[in-house]
Amino acid sequence: MDLSVSVVARESSQGLGPVFGLNGLPRPAPPKAAKKPKKAVLFFEVEILDAKTREKLCFLDKVEPQATIAEIKNLFTKSHPQWYPARQSLRLDPKGKSLKDEDVLQKLPVGTTATLYFRDLGAQISWVTVFLTEYAGPLFIYLLFYFRVPFIYGHKYDFTSSRHTVVHLACICHSFHYIKRLLETLFVHRFSHGTMPLRNIFKNCTYYWGFAAWMAYYINHPLYTPPTYGAQQVKLALAIFVICQLGNFSIHMALRDLRPAGSKTRKIPYPTKNPFTWLFLLVSCPNYTYEVGSWIGFAIMTQCLPVALFSLVGFTQMTIWAKGKHRSYLKEFRDYPPLRMPIIPFLL
Amino acid sequence: MGRLTEAEAAGGGASAARSAGTPPAPLPSTFTSPGCAATMASSEEDGTNGGASEAGEEREATGKRRRLGLLATPGSSLYNIAMTRGCSLFGWMVLGIAMVRFYMEKGTHKGLYKSIQKTLKFFQTFALLEIVHCLIGIVPTSVLVAGVQVSSRIFMVWLVTHSIKPIQNEESVVLFLVAWTVTEITRYSFYTFSLLNHLPYFIKWARYNFFIILYPVGVVGELLTIHAALPYVKKTGMFSIRLPNKYNVSFDYYYFLLITMASYIPLFPQLYFHMLRQRRKVLLGEVIVEKDD
Repeated sequence: MDLSVSVVARESSQGLGPVFGLNGLPRPAPPKAAKKPKKAVLFFEVEILDAKTREKLCFLDKVEPQATIAEIKNLFTKSHPQWYPARQSLRLDPKGKSLKDEDVLQKLPVGTTATLYFRDLGAQISWVTVFLTEYAGPLFIYLLFYFRVPFIYGHKYDFTSSRHTVVHLACICHSFHYIKRLLETLFVHRFSHGTMPLRNIFKNCTYYWGFAAWMAYYINHPLYTPPTYGAQQVKLALAIFVICQLGNFSIHMALRDLRPAGSKTRKIPYPTKNPFTWLFLLVSCPNYTYEVGSWIGFAIMTQCLPVALFSLVGFTQMTIWAKGKHRSYLKEFRDYPPLRMPIIPFLL
Repeated sequence: MGRLTEAEAAGGGASAARSAGTPPAPLPSTFTSPGCAATMASSEEDGTNGGASEAGEEREATGKRRRLGLLATPGSSLYNIAMTRGCSLFGWMVLGIAMVRFYMEKGTHKGLYKSIQKTLKFFQTFALLEIVHCLIGIVPTSVLVAGVQVSSRIFMVWLVTHSIKPIQNEESVVLFLVAWTVTEITRYSFYTFSLLNHLPYFIKWARYNFFIILYPVGVVGELLTIHAALPYVKKTGMFSIRLPNKYNVSFDYYYFLLITMASYIPLFPQLYFHMLRQRRKVLLGEVIVEKDD
């Protein structure tokens, strides 16, 4: 660290002012053609190795100490254009955790020559793209069944309409739900990550589109049987559905307001003036709670077993997510409200 | 370290598997078709860890109680596992002997299934205990892996051969029964000997080589059996729900069987090559760098 000592020395000599030198004696007037005082910058060197094969992939010299991982990723892309930044995972240890884009080089526990290990995350796709695709599918597919497009039911039913009110209501609810999701994806949600692995889009679309087709087939079937308790059941279920949709939307808005645009900050969510957000008192992820509630409402309204199964599968997945989220909240915030459960008040 | 080093010294396959690196990854967790995994039940991962890792777990659980690497006292988890597996070994051996005797006496396979069906159903259903072992964590296999494999066997036994009586005398039934029997005897012997810390190399060799033939044979037997059952299923409409009904759902067992058969196509190669990789690791000591997820 001799470099830094001499830097300090030079700076302090300048800091004493133009009149006095280091030894306290008046400094002679600087020669006219004096060079501009050079500010010493300690450049880092970064070498990037493959995490599996330890092969040296890239050597970057003259990297600013304040450079972020994101900037290093951009530099790495220059030499390996097939690995765009979104698919790079850089880490200090081959088996360790990925470094974040915001991490600053000089704050990392590295010497002036930093060794980073690279792992290819595979082809990436943006979250927004995935969400839009996976939600547009069910919207469209359900309508195919609702309008009884040819080759689904027998030919004599082509383009006919159901005589049950609940079937029309179900179409409105289902379509509303997915339109809401699409709009939220475009205007409400603030994503922590930009991308996810490409294979997820196939997995997710199969799930959403598959279940949508399966549900829609039965609800819009010519032999559909309306709910056992008739209009009473439908009204109650519709109320549950609407309340939960409003609740879910309220939570999404509250979560959005926690995070300024373009940032990735994380804060504990708290109830706001909106009564729907009061569920935050009891639950870490009320958006999931309301989502399950919506689908239970829809299942009761249509009295359709595939819908109930879809709700169950969704509930299982959301519980896993909620538990994970709850655990991260507990880890990150010492003062996290102890009354809260992940997804079901007091229970789960 | 007493018990662990003994286990590692004498534990043969189990220790080799451990020294080959991290515990073998569980079988693909995607839905495995019933039956496809049926003949695979012998080859799943927990056996490679087998006695040694359980010895290790048991050692932690029982603390200071010193054992000579043999079965622990009644009531301990190792005891339960050993009893379950020993009982299964016994059951499949009984089954094997019964099948051989039947053929020697009658000279035909007709009626064979009927004569052994109670034993088969008992011991195959008994394998559900293995899922319980995974659930309560006394065995290192994941619940999903064990669950899928046992379910596929249960499916074949209860939902095909038991329920569709006309196909019970098909040759294909004998085919998969033989494959299952040899596989299970090999596998449970492997576990038992590992537990006793005296694993003859032959048993380990058998466990990691027999599958090469047995697995395809079993799969062929199962597929042919399901195929033979199709006409009866279609005719009787068994296990099916038709519209209209109160819960607005339908299920066609015939198409379900067709889909099951089709699912063998992607799943069989995955499982088979996985076992081949395990074999290379355990028997040939190859170090295989796993592809990143």
